[in-house]
Amino acid sequence: MRLLTFKGGVHPPEKKELAREQKIQIFPIPKTVYVFLSNHAGAPAKCVVKQEDRVKTGQIIGEPSGFISAYVHSPLTGVVKNIEKIYHPVHGKPMEAVVIEQTDDEEEWELLERKVWESSSKEEILEIIKKAGIVGLGGAMFPTHVKLSPPPEKRIDTLIINGAECEPYLTIDYRLMLENAEEMLQGILITMKVLSVKEAHVGIESNKMDAVQHLRKVFKNTPIKVHALKTKYPQGAEKQLIHAITKRKVPAGGLPMDVGVVVQNVGTIIAIKKAVVDGMPLVERGLTVTGEAITKPFNAIVRIGTPISQLLEAGGITEDAERVILGGPMMGIAVNKLETPVLKGTSGITALRASKPWEEKPCIRCGKCITACPMGLEPYLLNLLSSKKRYDDAVNNGLLNCIECGSCAYDCPSKIDHVRSIKLAKKVYLALRGGKK
Amino acid sequence: MKLVVANAPHVRTDDSVRKIMIDVLIALMPAVIGAVIFFGWYSLIMCIIGAFFAEFLEMFIVRILRKQKDFKPDGSATVTGLLLALNLSPIAPWWLILIGVMVAIGVAKQAFGGIGQNFFNPALVGRAFLLMSFPTYMTTWVAPKIPFSKMPWDVVTSATPLGILKEQGFSKAIESSGYWNLFIGNVGGCIGETSALLLLIGFAYLVVRKRVTLTVPSTYIGTVFLVASVMYLINPERFGSPLFHILSGGLFLGALFMATDMVTSPMTLKGQAIFGIGCGVITMVIRLFAGYPEGVSLSILIMNGLVPLIDRATKPRVFGEVKT
Repeated sequence: MRLLTFKGGVHPPEKKELAREQKIQIFPIPKTVYVFLSNHAGAPAKCVVKQEDRVKTGQIIGEPSGFISAYVHSPLTGVVKNIEKIYHPVHGKPMEAVVIEQTDDEEEWELLERKVWESSSKEEILEIIKKAGIVGLGGAMFPTHVKLSPPPEKRIDTLIINGAECEPYLTIDYRLMLENAEEMLQGILITMKVLSVKEAHVGIESNKMDAVQHLRKVFKNTPIKVHALKTKYPQGAEKQLIHAITKRKVPAGGLPMDVGVVVQNVGTIIAIKKAVVDGMPLVERGLTVTGEAITKPFNAIVRIGTPISQLLEAGGITEDAERVILGGPMMGIAVNKLETPVLKGTSGITALRASKPWEEKPCIRCGKCITACPMGLEPYLLNLLSSKKRYDDAVNNGLLNCIECGSCAYDCPSKIDHVRSIKLAKKVYLALRGGKK
Repeated sequence: MKLVVANAPHVRTDDSVRKIMIDVLIALMPAVIGAVIFFGWYSLIMCIIGAFFAEFLEMFIVRILRKQKDFKPDGSATVTGLLLALNLSPIAPWWLILIGVMVAIGVAKQAFGGIGQNFFNPALVGRAFLLMSFPTYMTTWVAPKIPFSKMPWDVVTSATPLGILKEQGFSKAIESSGYWNLFIGNVGGCIGETSALLLLIGFAYLVVRKRVTLTVPSTYIGTVFLVASVMYLINPERFGSPLFHILSGGLFLGALFMATDMVTSPMTLKGQAIFGIGCGVITMVIRLFAGYPEGVSLSILIMNGLVPLIDRATKPRVFGEVKT
């Protein structure tokens, strides 16, 4: 069987075996949650509750404050204790969060308006998705209703479901595909209707062949095709995934919609189903708690805003843990504040033991970073230009095309941190040039 | 629990420069053993002096002169020293390797900024320096006659097959050695360059360990074969057969271990192909038309100098970028 794939990439140890057999459990609702008003890409939501307000589960606590923004809902039934600034792992600075404490009352839900989606219009479904506060659960947290309403001049003909889960360690998408295939099917059909597309593809890495087979069975007699992809990082990167499945190349600097494709993550698809069919806003998500420093790795449905300390405790974190990472080890964010809450984009928590510290050595021009780069860049050169502050030259060498997947830094025998200098150079360049050339 | 905050990726390959260099050293061992068999124990002494002195000198320069107190040797100097020793005549005096290493490590490598910064292959710069400064020592050869002999000085000097080709023509050259001896290395030449077989065995190890790509060696040797074939058709007696050209001189040592040096060769596969073809053409031009009988080291040095240009000309295409 020929597996679909892309050019470049690396093979980090998969480590999926730690959590792949663990069935998804429902994680107990925490006493206190910390819900960021910036729980999505774009403008932070506007807070619509105040201290001492009583809130129901699913009640809106934040409203979108711009075109690219999203609703935020209360993940539990309780009372608003405070609205305070706490450290935001994605932005790297303190940001406003609503602190909600559980009360003794029985959990009370405030559900979304429910319609039969088969007979609803596209606009009605999109409105529900928007009201549900759904964002990309793969990690980027881009508001889904925006992604699903491309400008009319972009004709979309293909929907791709990203089930690659190429990040090492993480297994939640795999478990969702095995355990929630029927919900996935409905979610895909709803999304296809919203986009008015005739075909949908699911891409899954070949280390999850049982999921491929299971979905093929469930999706029989539907227009949804399931593809096995080569197990290679970053197979789940949007542009690489699109290229592997459709052979279309998203133009440099462009978006998937430029080639008529919309990509959605497995978790997002299920969130869409839950919102449209069950009327449930996005107040919980599936994630994996795993890593060598976790004694009992697990997959669970967790309320947004749950402090990760509780998840780590449930997983039994060992004393020699050195890194706690939101997400997987290739692109995740290391945190040292364990009160950090789960975000809408937190696909897992990976706790790693102390490793041998690596020391940056001079580049020996081995060319591994060039071979590894899925975007056809020369990371060694970008690193060099960036560290010499030659930002314009770096941009001329494709700096802005970097997807920050970390393949170059992973494979570098000299342990050079290309991603760090590239990220910094991007920030400085965009700040200096205001995003314009 | 002490948590580290660092940026992604949080896992790294356990490869390192040192591991690569150790693999290269292992890959050179068959050639060293071959040298002992063909030219005697003195060759081994030369290899050991070269390797250790190079590493010592690098430590001295980096730690004392460049004041990097925490510098840990990565083995690249050892490789340079060993390669230089393998590039000397089996009867070169022992102090010759010291001078060569001083030029290789001190001038060609550290003066440019150390590992990764040098434009030219340090071992080849050392060899080129010795060839110009001590031409007699560098071009006096012996025939390998007594396996495991202690001292090589009492043996009769002889020319290398390429030297014979230049002076007396192809029939004499092939008569004196024969293809089989050329292949296993039972001919006159530098300490480590004569045996294509042993060098190939070592190189196979590097391929298995995925330390090298085959692009440079295959294009280099392929080009030599092609050019030699064409010239053979024109004048077989003067130019020699393609197989003879592949097996003689330092081609295998150069193509497998010197031209493939990561620091001084292009980074993309396309660039490496251009590099290999360039090396092959220049090698043949020197062998057939220039004053020296052998052109491997010079051709690689010339192509080393062109690497920045080749790298620039063979930039990979950015994903999704349309050719304009």
